[in-house]
Amino acid sequence: MSERASEKDARGLAQEARSRVRFEEEALEHADQVYQVARHIAGSREDAEELMQETYVRAFRSWRSYEPGTNIRAWLMRILTNLNIDRGRRKQRRPTEQPLEEGAYSLYDRLEQAAGQSGEDEEKLIERLSQSTIVEALADLPHDFRDVLVLVDLGDFSYQETAQILAIPVGTVMSRLHRARRLLRQSLAASVSERKA
Amino acid sequence: MSETPCRGCEELLELYLDGELAEEEVREAEEHLDACGFCHRHYRFERLLRAYMRQAISEPIPPELSSKLAALASKTEQ
Repeated sequence: MSERASEKDARGLAQEARSRVRFEEEALEHADQVYQVARHIAGSREDAEELMQETYVRAFRSWRSYEPGTNIRAWLMRILTNLNIDRGRRKQRRPTEQPLEEGAYSLYDRLEQAAGQSGEDEEKLIERLSQSTIVEALADLPHDFRDVLVLVDLGDFSYQETAQILAIPVGTVMSRLHRARRLLRQSLAASVSERKA
Repeated sequence: MSETPCRGCEELLELYLDGELAEEEVREAEEHLDACGFCHRHYRFERLLRAYMRQAISEPIPPELSSKLAALASKTEQ
């Protein structure tokens, strides 16, 4: 090999090493945000930690398929949601048997009723919901609905990005999201009534 | 301000809060929110509820997991 050719190879190697390090740094920078979503998609804390490690192993192996400058968070999330499906880790929840007659506004109405004549403002009304009630209500959602809700509301992904991550049409994202929010609020409203009773 | 129940706006409000409306639709939604007391109150409630729920379900990444992920970077074949 000529001296010039080996110099070119060395330059190529150095450039690839730099790209790899940049990729690692960028992927690790987003680990906290990816975990926020993983924690609720996977179900338990232990499953989320395992899923995160598998996701990052896969990401570090296939880093060359990531196109620099595109949304790395969405790229990581796509790996994570696919692994979650492949591993059959999704906790199957029973499909809802309750009809969805009430709109999203029923929670507000229920909280107002629970507050009675005290005339609490919206902030005080919301504080009637405990953290554990919210976490449980989210965990009880059917997984297809929960995945969409978590990606949009916690992951801050757009409808379009969520559709790409989950490989489903945007219309499906919208209908699942709408239904997920209704179910969640319905479940929270029921918890307010139970506590009142 | 109108206090008439305006339940048909639920979907519009949802898209507005998600930042998924086109510019022209955003203007229309904001005009409606200014004029409709019912929607304005529910918009405020929904915004607060979303922020509250986000805080309730947010869980920072465990520090040991961050370290494990960083270690995986060097261990994983390139």
